[in-house]
Amino acid sequence: MDIHKLSDIQKDVLREIGNIGAGNAVTALSSMLQRKIDMEVPSIRLVSFNEMIEVIGGPEHIITAIVFRVEGKAPGTVYFIMSIKEAEILIQEILKDNIALFDENNQIHELASSVLQEVGNILTGSYLSALSDFTKINMRPSIPYLSVDMAGAIVVDGLLELSKIIDYALIIDTKINSGDLMNDINGQFFFIPDADSFAQIFHSLGFYDE
Amino acid sequence: MNKLGKVVKVGIADLNIAKAPNTIRTSGLGSCVGAVIFDKTKKIAGLAHIMLPDSKQVSRKEINEYKYADTAITILVEKLLHKGARMHALQAKIAGGAQMFQFANGNDMMKIGRRNIDATKKILAYYKIPIISSDVGGNSGRTIEFEPETSMLKIRTVNKGETFI
Repeated sequence: MDIHKLSDIQKDVLREIGNIGAGNAVTALSSMLQRKIDMEVPSIRLVSFNEMIEVIGGPEHIITAIVFRVEGKAPGTVYFIMSIKEAEILIQEILKDNIALFDENNQIHELASSVLQEVGNILTGSYLSALSDFTKINMRPSIPYLSVDMAGAIVVDGLLELSKIIDYALIIDTKINSGDLMNDINGQFFFIPDADSFAQIFHSLGFYDE
Repeated sequence: MNKLGKVVKVGIADLNIAKAPNTIRTSGLGSCVGAVIFDKTKKIAGLAHIMLPDSKQVSRKEINEYKYADTAITILVEKLLHKGARMHALQAKIAGGAQMFQFANGNDMMKIGRRNIDATKKILAYYKIPIISSDVGGNSGRTIEFEPETSMLKIRTVNKGETFI
């Protein structure tokens, strides 16, 4: 199928997938932090690789990314992206301790890294189980991978599977925020299905490609 | 670096040429390889941001030739010669090819950094272009900028700051 020619209904379906997945993940995060977390209506965008990187602040912008591969019938990549400051707020809230993301040797703090991976695990699990229920497609997450580095470097690695086929990625982008001006936690979920996965997802939902 | 020239920017799966006093740069190399080919005396350099190793593994007819090591290097050499560089004088510096994530199910795609490095070296060897310095592998992203005036390649990473090769 040609992802350049998605109908409005198909876009709605993808938006709903982002909604359900992130909604579930936000509920998990909210109960973990015991405070209210909001999410925005997901946006569905078809972007080139260079545009995709601009979406998250440019190739050199340093981000905290928790990434996992989705395996099964509709493989893809999910990113949960935060700024360094937001990741630190999240770590400090969970540990009730004033820990910085990087230690004095400029390495990622071990405890901080393990907290972020655990958060990634919980968010991932809830995101994917919602998607799985909705699409009736078995989706198995890999373990979460944490990287704090340049956006360009991180994002491209997740897109490689796709880039063998096409030069564009269809992103389902959902922003979450805690609405707390002093200690705001903003995050962005990206689900980037591999090229062959769109047909599988639509097929499972009863849309057949003419 | 110098303040006189402008910076020519190269995106992902892209390539371009710069002459002194300009510099040429690409940002956020992960598993991608940045290959600089230059003529030191003529002070002209080309930079390719290579994303994948081999265009021949792709069955489609229409491909982005700037994306693959084999096709991108070939085009870059042609463009350099067209702009006055001399074949026998060409030299190369390469950087990138990191592994950003340690995926457990070690399938081939995940070792793409290593394969990009190998493919870049192979095509440079085919054109008999010597690689005089390199900074490849590891698990950090890199931003690189080449200065044709001095033939120096500046490499910046998040953890190690700036180095020159």
